[in-house]
Amino acid sequence: MKTADNNPMKQKHIINATVENQPGVLSRIVGLFSGRGYNIDTLNVGPCADPMFSRMTITVIGDEHVLEQVTKQLNKLVDVIKVNDLTSQRYLERELILLDVAAPRNKRAEIMEIVALFKASIIGVRENFVTIQFVGSREDVEDFLRVLRPYSIMDLSRSGLLAVSRGAD
Amino acid sequence: MRSGARCVIEGLEKVGCKVLFGYPGGQIINVFAELIKSRSIRFVLPRHEQGAVHMADAYARATGEVGFCMVTSGPGATNTVTGLATANMDGVPLVCLSGQVSTTMIGNDAFQEADTCGITRSVTKHNFLVRDVNDLPRVMVEAYHIARTGKPGPVLIDLPKDVQVGRTAVPFPDTFTRVGYRPSYEGHPKMISRLASLINSADRPLLYVGGGVIAAGACGLLAELAHKADIPVTTTLMALGAFPETDPLSLCMCGMHGMIAANMAISECDLLISVGARFDDRVTGKVSGFAPNAKIAHIDIDPSAIGKSVRCDLPVVGHLEVVLKALLPQVREQKHASWVEKCLDWKKADPFSYEPSPSGAIMPQYVIEQIDAVSGGKALICTDVGQGQMFAAQFFRHNTPRNFLSSGGLGTMGFGLPGVIGAQIGRPGQLCVCVTGDGGMQMNLQELVVAVEHKLPVKVLILNNGYLGNVRQWQDMFFGRVHSATVLTQDGRPENEHIKASPDLPAYLPDFVKLAEAYGAKARRISAPEDVAPALKEAFDDPSVWVLEFIVEPMSNVLPMIPPGGSVKDTIRRFS
Repeated sequence: MKTADNNPMKQKHIINATVENQPGVLSRIVGLFSGRGYNIDTLNVGPCADPMFSRMTITVIGDEHVLEQVTKQLNKLVDVIKVNDLTSQRYLERELILLDVAAPRNKRAEIMEIVALFKASIIGVRENFVTIQFVGSREDVEDFLRVLRPYSIMDLSRSGLLAVSRGAD
Repeated sequence: MRSGARCVIEGLEKVGCKVLFGYPGGQIINVFAELIKSRSIRFVLPRHEQGAVHMADAYARATGEVGFCMVTSGPGATNTVTGLATANMDGVPLVCLSGQVSTTMIGNDAFQEADTCGITRSVTKHNFLVRDVNDLPRVMVEAYHIARTGKPGPVLIDLPKDVQVGRTAVPFPDTFTRVGYRPSYEGHPKMISRLASLINSADRPLLYVGGGVIAAGACGLLAELAHKADIPVTTTLMALGAFPETDPLSLCMCGMHGMIAANMAISECDLLISVGARFDDRVTGKVSGFAPNAKIAHIDIDPSAIGKSVRCDLPVVGHLEVVLKALLPQVREQKHASWVEKCLDWKKADPFSYEPSPSGAIMPQYVIEQIDAVSGGKALICTDVGQGQMFAAQFFRHNTPRNFLSSGGLGTMGFGLPGVIGAQIGRPGQLCVCVTGDGGMQMNLQELVVAVEHKLPVKVLILNNGYLGNVRQWQDMFFGRVHSATVLTQDGRPENEHIKASPDLPAYLPDFVKLAEAYGAKARRISAPEDVAPALKEAFDDPSVWVLEFIVEPMSNVLPMIPPGGSVKDTIRRFS
């Protein structure tokens, strides 16, 4: 669990937006970001517990001023029900990554050891590579990738961040 | 059960649409077939879809009601984009209906197909693609509600052919239930009382008033506040008429071409109270130099306007009428004698002024002054964009809300002529004047026929200087006097246009007088200053459509001017 540091300069913010689950809403939000020159780092969409609504988790890079505008502009959209800037709160975050790592016979044991240490899992095995699944916070994911990098990552798919609020501090 | 097309017309009647501006086509033909049966909706056929939207827009600006327009799919819809963007920037309530190919065809590059909702998403407040005829009753009610509440704006409804043909028994809902749309009207009581104490303790307060005051119908309350607490008032272009400029507390318009007194007051005040304005860059210039000595309070219904471009010390989000009503009793009656006097001294020292033409030609500013004089200050002015727009803002004393209509935010040339037509239809007994130029007039010239057909007594005043004057002025000031693409006379065109003045062509084309006559309007060309007032009088007293072409001084400039990105100390007062 983390809280935002107080650095007012450019930083990543995690925004959770609850939106109406209707066609066109995603493009409305993406269009808002590109039209107003905001940078999306990652974006995730999926239905909420109530299928009438979807939840978007957006990570955006910018200073406090940009974030304030992003929040207000999102709130202005008719399809947007609620916007929550998690960065100012306690929250949990997770990202899922899938990656193929070259795993010749002589390296396989080492890689499996790393996978075990990080509590990742191997979900596919081929002659010369393995497919690994890992779930963790942004920091965990970065750590995991750093350790694996010497082993030649052949392919990488990242889900982008999902986050859930733990309530205000 | 009724068809979707029938449902559209019933919906329009239900929300009280009195006038619909529209242009037919294959994918909206069903709705037009139902429209003609309506007894309560007057229909106006412009000659271009852009004209339809500007007419509906100016109708809304002039009346305070929602404007309605209807077009076909594809090119019909894409032609509305400029009009929608114009209305969107200035917060004008519009509902635009567009035809669309059948839902089964969408995405197939069908004939006259365009992704209208995709294209108009960023130039509307909201838009709908109706995929099921059973949604239509709800969408009609929602569109109208969204257009006119909160910060008003244009809403587009895209109507696929099969939705128009399909049948539904669903009734119109009585209430609006979108959970994601709840504009706050009340204004936080704590913020309002803090604002009151800021006002009560300020030494040099200034009211900076935007178009929101007119949209909210709060001009009376604003005047009450100004008088009670003795606060000078400056307005943006969009708010001209919101506070009478003949009032001693008025500092007229502020900003790039505003009155020097207004810009001085902004830079010297210790409390700037923004009421329904959005700190446009044409007002602020360099943001860091804007109101450097002031606490800034901002009342607006749109939370995103607050803190967007200029820091805000005290935000109040709410409807201006509600907020001002709550604020007024908490504001102490007081006098700021020395501050007001200082402002009035600035006003006296630098009124809007101009020098006479070296060749004795009509000065465009003089034409505006004469519109004011001959109409007794009663004219509604709808402007085009450029020098004429600024002269109309500067040299007419604006005392009445909804009598100055102008594309302020988007700066749309071609707004003037369709605009004055929409305004006149909305305000039949009102003297409606279009101030345009030889550039702007030719952007939507085709709409002149609508004025004539409907016998609208509009007066179209063309300030013909033979240039795209505002750009020519910028070229003279900032681009080494090179007139690239701004010369409209046949003579003196730049090399790259390969146009030689030829003896068989008149020096200026088109002949606006002949053109107006071809459309069935009365017209006159005026070249001498002493003929200006009599010509205006003749036109204003006559119920016909009049086009007056004033041949004005070609090199006149809009002054004073704060250069873009500058501040009040950089003001250019004279330039030749």
